[in-house]
Amino acid sequence: MNKIKNITKMQLFLPIFSMILVMCINVIYDIANGNAALNFFYITIKNGVLFGRLIDVLNRGSEVAILAIGMTLVVSSSAGTDISVGSVMSLYGGMCCMVLAGYGVTNVSEYKQPLIVGILAGLLLACVCGLFNGFLIAYMNIQPMVATLILWSAGRAIGLLLCNSNIVYVRVESFQKIGGYVGFLPTPILVAAICVAVASIVLRFTALGTYIQSVGINKKASRISGFNSAVIILLTYVICGLFAGLAGMVATSRIYSADTNNIGLNMEMDAILAVALGGNSLGGGKFNLAGSIIGAYTIQAITTTLYALGVSSAQAPVFKAIVVIMIVVIQSAPFKDFLKKFTAKKSTKEVAA
Amino acid sequence: MSFPGVKALEDVDFTLKKGEIRALMGENGAGKSTLIKCLTGVNKFQAGEIYLDGIEGPIVNKDTMDAQHKGISTVYQEVNLCPNLSVAENLFIGREPMTKIGTVNRKEMNRRAAELMSNLELDVDVTKNLEEYSLALQQMIAIARAVDMDSKVLILDEPTSSLDDHEVEKLFNMMRNLKSQGVGIIFVTHFLEQVYAVCDGITVLRNGMLVGEYEIEDLPRVKLVAAMMGKDFDDLSAIKKEGDDQVSDELFIEAKGCSHAGTIKPFDLDIHKGEVIGLTGLLGSGRSELARVIYGADKNQTGTLKVDGKEAHINQPLDAMKLGMGLLPDDRKAEGIIGDLSVRENIILALQAKAGPLNKIPYKKQCEIADQFIELLQIKTASRETLIKQLSGGNQQKVILARWLATNPDFLVLDEPTRGIDIGTKTEIQKLVVKLAEEGKSIIFISSEIEEMLRTCNRMAVLRDGQKVGEISGNEMTQEGIMKAIAGGGSDE
Amino acid sequence: MKKIKIQSSNILLLITVVLFICMYTAGCVVYANKGFTHLQTFLNILINNAGLICVACGTTMVMLSGGIDISVGSVVAMDCMFLAVGMEEWKMNSITLMILVLLIGLVFGLFQGFCIAYLDIQPFIVTMAGLFFARGMTAVICKDQVSIVSDKLFTALSNTKLTIPFGGYVNKKGAMIMPFLRVSVIVAIICVIVTYLILKYTKFGRSIYAVGGNQQSASLMGLNVKKTRLLTHVVASFLASIGGICYCLNTMCGTTTQATGLEMDAISSAVIGGTLLTGGVGNVLGTFVGVLINGTISSLVKSNGKLISSWANIITAILLCFFIVLQAIFAKIKERSKL
Repeated sequence: MNKIKNITKMQLFLPIFSMILVMCINVIYDIANGNAALNFFYITIKNGVLFGRLIDVLNRGSEVAILAIGMTLVVSSSAGTDISVGSVMSLYGGMCCMVLAGYGVTNVSEYKQPLIVGILAGLLLACVCGLFNGFLIAYMNIQPMVATLILWSAGRAIGLLLCNSNIVYVRVESFQKIGGYVGFLPTPILVAAICVAVASIVLRFTALGTYIQSVGINKKASRISGFNSAVIILLTYVICGLFAGLAGMVATSRIYSADTNNIGLNMEMDAILAVALGGNSLGGGKFNLAGSIIGAYTIQAITTTLYALGVSSAQAPVFKAIVVIMIVVIQSAPFKDFLKKFTAKKSTKEVAA
Repeated sequence: MSFPGVKALEDVDFTLKKGEIRALMGENGAGKSTLIKCLTGVNKFQAGEIYLDGIEGPIVNKDTMDAQHKGISTVYQEVNLCPNLSVAENLFIGREPMTKIGTVNRKEMNRRAAELMSNLELDVDVTKNLEEYSLALQQMIAIARAVDMDSKVLILDEPTSSLDDHEVEKLFNMMRNLKSQGVGIIFVTHFLEQVYAVCDGITVLRNGMLVGEYEIEDLPRVKLVAAMMGKDFDDLSAIKKEGDDQVSDELFIEAKGCSHAGTIKPFDLDIHKGEVIGLTGLLGSGRSELARVIYGADKNQTGTLKVDGKEAHINQPLDAMKLGMGLLPDDRKAEGIIGDLSVRENIILALQAKAGPLNKIPYKKQCEIADQFIELLQIKTASRETLIKQLSGGNQQKVILARWLATNPDFLVLDEPTRGIDIGTKTEIQKLVVKLAEEGKSIIFISSEIEEMLRTCNRMAVLRDGQKVGEISGNEMTQEGIMKAIAGGGSDE
Repeated sequence: MKKIKIQSSNILLLITVVLFICMYTAGCVVYANKGFTHLQTFLNILINNAGLICVACGTTMVMLSGGIDISVGSVVAMDCMFLAVGMEEWKMNSITLMILVLLIGLVFGLFQGFCIAYLDIQPFIVTMAGLFFARGMTAVICKDQVSIVSDKLFTALSNTKLTIPFGGYVNKKGAMIMPFLRVSVIVAIICVIVTYLILKYTKFGRSIYAVGGNQQSASLMGLNVKKTRLLTHVVASFLASIGGICYCLNTMCGTTTQATGLEMDAISSAVIGGTLLTGGVGNVLGTFVGVLINGTISSLVKSNGKLISSWANIITAILLCFFIVLQAIFAKIKERSKL
């Protein structure tokens, strides 16, 4: 009994447990359909590139994983979520493609500017969005979700404006490569891996993690101990914006176009879900980046599984919403108290018996 | 009404007569708020009973609402009304007069509210929003609400903290008015003047125990302060060396005319190197606030501050830390510990803040520092990775002390470093303070125990009502001298 | 300082009303040739936004209690889809369907309210889950666009013109065109009036303000804070369902993407109309003006003809941002003046 308790108390219990659960469902599904039981895990090389459902999850999950990094930091420092990340992704797409293709042009097969200029312009815009959010939250004391609501709604509209209300296609190979393959490996996996690596290295070799967590746990005490909480919160939002831009880079290159209405749609939900699933409290404070990343891929595995089960992309949010509600209910204090009382009652009954 | 033997307190009797205003006095942790919470049903008490006029047998209050129905109402320091509603609504919300069709009868409500206000001689337009009136009036409207609910007992918890003299006088008139109507009032305050201006009797608590119940004539000011602060010396030997040898002539801090609006009026203060200066005064006198202004926790708004001979501009605590300062706040939970971080992380926090986010202190070094201080201060913790919130109060305090010592400061503010800590640890901390001073560090020491300060301080500054009123040093530094200084003019003897 | 303190709650509303008048007058001057001066243009704003008005009333109520509800847009979409599929594919009676839709709204609100008030979960998270749930449900009900054509009662309701006997104009052919309203507008206006009365004259309404003003005080004064918060969410979802029916009367179809971002319009209308995000201050009349401003912005953008429609979104967002910042500044001033 105690051993089970210890395992469930482990930091990464929730994300790993749900990951295994999703995999089990896949195995059962495959068996039920008469496929090989471990179909989910098969990795083959077709046409010189890696192929398989697991690779698909890793590939498609890149955006969420990248977003989850920024979201984790934001949740930790400000106890609020940034719901504008999806819009910022699409805004990146709009900016990048507009710079590469030129304003008003809808279809190019040649860059107007070097690729790197487009990418940097997009990332810069994403950072500015983060700065805007961060300023409202850290310096104007507006609740995080209300402040990010502004860009959540305006982001896509601005993106449309940049693209002159069109879908801008950039049909250049090097542009598609970011969303395609490097050798046999899908590039998005590589991008996500680099982002995760950089974030972990930065968190490991600087004291940023301590800064963010202290501010998230106790703002007043952190101030007395010499931390400038406003600057730190601002910084986390800028970082979140930057990662949203990077996620946008992957998403845009994948479809080599700036489809402002659809890039990053509902992505904020997935990112928040990843953070919660990773065992992080949405009430801020301590965070666990590894949990969020595993959470992100779990979400993608859920999505992929849902698609495999014949659920359309428009219907998938229903299930994700249910998962979110379940997680937050389990995390909520009144529910925990109820459980405690319940188990206490049970044990007294047992003693009595 | 009386109730003996509340457990959180120990064996406290409290009686209040009809039409009496009784002051409830005591320093921090004396048990005033616990007593009030027991009376109003916020806290449950294990032993003892409450009797109330007109109700047979001991009464049991389930919650504040229940207490209110029985006739015990409380008005807190922060006005617990809704600023966005009209005065009339605030008076009647939850019990509005209704029309026949089940809607709120605003006309009737406003009429009754206006009547109530004029009965209490308050000049208030009841249809205006509450927030348009001063805090004093809001306070009185809160009292009016309590009175209108047929209160027999009215508890006023520091109602005057944010009022000016004129407003206080208004409030007193109202209290006298209520008293003549037979309402019993419990008046909690830190202001001595006010006690003598309006109260009939005084009950003094200290360390959760009853010191005594007095009639106002029997307890002159100095005796009251003595009762609150406690005169009994414990048998700890004096730690402080005789003489002020270690105090150098060099000044570390020179404050001229510094202040922070609303908390501390302009003050001058010089602190020498190697000196322990005590700030004394009752709670709310500005003793913590003065130190906070020097440290930059509250921004200095006037005057100049020189640190080590150079003029310093401190906008935030980090600036102060870079000048070699540190502050151990009095509210350990709210401003001291970072609960979800480990002991190690809590210890290196200030050092890390000073180093900046990019210069992470290597993990090995962190462990060394943490271990060093865990041993030096004898912090009782399972390991250095234990979360600080799992430690006892005394050990948490030591961790925070370690946080500052790790930065090797030249100047430390210790605000109530020994509160809620056992005697053994107290002595250790006191010894440490003296030792630090011997090493040439300057220290501001704040405590509500005079006796503790006598043992550690070279000099003391006295504060009263948000103002520094004087300094005491040398032979004047005795219990009596300090109490007289705190009590201030108008000595009744 | 005192003056600002007194007016800060009203000043936002005042700015809004002035803004609306300025905007509309500007529209009348600049686009006079495009019929902006006709009474019908104004009435069209009402007709186009009838659903939004109902939804915004509910949103205002939730915001007054200090919460927020971002699920309402999706609830509207879910209702529309349910109505359309119910009438066209399940061949159900439209009145039964409308009652069912209202019931769904109640249950939806009850669940959200319970999570928020009794389980103490952040309203934003709960209603965001609600947003995605309801949006997904539209696709679960039906994947394609469904137009309502067969139900006679519903089409009749939708097509009814309530002609107004004045303010008409003569069109190019020389015929007198009288301005008209739709049924949905009447429903919307009833919603506004009823919500206004509830907020002003019932115990429930006043406790919403009290809870929004200071939750702790409200509970100390003996109000049932949890119940109040639960009820506001129930009412908000119910009003969203009424809004859904009005919306459906206008569009006469159900799609998975309709009413996207409606919650945003509702929130911005409330904020622009002087409702404080922190709760406790504001009323539905302000929200009504807020909706009118939103409507005017889109008709101005439409009248211009050259501008992309997303400009309307951007301008609304800028306005929202402006008002949020203004509120934050007022809050800061208030805090300072307290010291």
